[in-house]
Amino acid sequence: MSAQTRSVNVQDGPQRNQESVRIRPKYYRTWRAVQYTIIYAVLIGGSAFFVIPFLWMVRSSLMRPQDIFSVPAIIFPWPIHWVNYPDFWNALPFGRFFLNTAIVTFTATIGLTFSSALVAFGFARFRFRGRGFLFLLVLATMMLPKHVTLLPTFLLFRSIGWIDTLFPLIVPSLFGSAFSVFLLRQFFLTLPLELDEAARIDGANSFRIFWQIAIPLSKPAVATVALFAFIAHWNEFLDPLIYLSSMENFTVALGLRFFVSQYSGTFWELMMAASTAAMLPIVIVFFFTQRTFIRGVALTGIKG
Amino acid sequence: MRPPRVRWRDVEPYIFISPFMIGLVLFIVGPTFASLALSFTRFEFVAPPEFIGFENYDEMFAGDPKVWRSLWNTVYYMAGHIPLGMAMAFGVALMLNQKVWGQALFRTMYYLPSVTASVATAIVWSWVFNSRFGLLNNFLGLFGLEGPQWLADTRFAMPALIIISLWGMGSTIVIFLAALQGIPESLYESASIDGAGRARRLWHITIPMMTPAIFFVLIIQIVGSFQVFTNAFIITAGGPGDATLFFVLHLYNKAFVALRLGYASALAWLLFVIVLVFTIAQVLMARRWVYYEGEIR
Repeated sequence: MSAQTRSVNVQDGPQRNQESVRIRPKYYRTWRAVQYTIIYAVLIGGSAFFVIPFLWMVRSSLMRPQDIFSVPAIIFPWPIHWVNYPDFWNALPFGRFFLNTAIVTFTATIGLTFSSALVAFGFARFRFRGRGFLFLLVLATMMLPKHVTLLPTFLLFRSIGWIDTLFPLIVPSLFGSAFSVFLLRQFFLTLPLELDEAARIDGANSFRIFWQIAIPLSKPAVATVALFAFIAHWNEFLDPLIYLSSMENFTVALGLRFFVSQYSGTFWELMMAASTAAMLPIVIVFFFTQRTFIRGVALTGIKG
Repeated sequence: MRPPRVRWRDVEPYIFISPFMIGLVLFIVGPTFASLALSFTRFEFVAPPEFIGFENYDEMFAGDPKVWRSLWNTVYYMAGHIPLGMAMAFGVALMLNQKVWGQALFRTMYYLPSVTASVATAIVWSWVFNSRFGLLNNFLGLFGLEGPQWLADTRFAMPALIIISLWGMGSTIVIFLAALQGIPESLYESASIDGAGRARRLWHITIPMMTPAIFFVLIIQIVGSFQVFTNAFIITAGGPGDATLFFVLHLYNKAFVALRLGYASALAWLLFVIVLVFTIAQVLMARRWVYYEGEIR
């Protein structure tokens, strides 16, 4: 194989020259130590900025109301006041909010991922008239702020009686998203065409090639798209805000906002408990999938 | 002669791409033009839309100081958020790219706020910046400093929102880090042989090789700055005294509080044109300063 011989050659070259390249200054080790100390100091200081608000939130969610504002501030909650969690949960129908959010998030994520993959496969695997132009159109929509189309879309859903239902939060996603189509297409392009040809000779049609070859081989990309969709729908605020009006249809984000507007300036411990609970699913998903996530961000960032 | 038959092979690709194309017509192209049409009408939900020519645009440019205020606020926000966010993210990415112990852990911590960004984090931040009970002023108090009234002070509300926005720079860090890791080691080696020091390698190799990533982040952040909504809505509600009235917040107020859909559509179109101009300008300028490795010139 040519790839093998090439890699052997590459390894030969630098190894021979290595000693002559690495000329180390006199105080190299001291300088290195100072440098790393600075780097760690900045990185750890920086993480404080990112992590402390979370810790403060969790800490406050476990405190008795009279302890929250005590001066000097109490850092660790004691005694741990678990009852804030059932308290906030019962203050509003939060169970219902979570259920609604879960319904929206799951259906929209599955629909968005499937449709985007289908469309991406179409762009990656077929030649057809207008392909270049249509793909450019897909890319162009990525830049379009959703607020431009917000009002007519609202009127459209209003005219078919979908206001105050979960449909407007789900249905637009079922047609796929430009970003996901782009990401998946890039991935499909890297799969060898020979696989398709072999499958076709064995009598598989295009949909079978898509479903049994392209999708299984693209699990990382599919997972990335699904994750982004999951996070986006779980966090979505503007759509629920304009479409939902009765409490039994609220999503978590909207319920949380309602909660704050009701108890503004008081019951901070309950608000922090509610915020912690609202974030928890996202944080759990993120911790289990962070590699997929970070690869996804990096991938789209570089190739975008 | 038989009429040409439609072959399955020719139709199939269009079936695959049809979901997006139907969505494109229903939810993007259609509404974009509907929005343009609405912008020439008076429409306040009760009566059907009534054509009024350019009146909405007249009002937008000459009769609604809040439009200019919100655009100015956006520029102010961008001027803080973009350079600070990019410089800090770049610095952190450079440091993480040294072979530091715990790189993955740091990356996770820095990225976490980017996924949780929503109403919940907005609530937490509104408390952090609370002038009496907030975490920040308590912290400043430890050093005998008295923090400002942050969210209640017209001078400090926007800086507070900028600081909060920096919390979401994790995705920029990840993008920069990936770009840094994509720079071939051989470039640095040959530069070292030629006697280039640390600063020159940064300036002549790292930064040019990073320009595609920098460009991407810049576009995303400019476009994103025009669309700030949740934080401004929850934390400051545009106040105090319109100091944090962002464009989309103004649009939301006009459409769903004042119920003036015609006028709000004109605002939506202004937003569309602004974003379009910025994107095109960016792409044109990018030809001059972005370096694509392996690009055919």
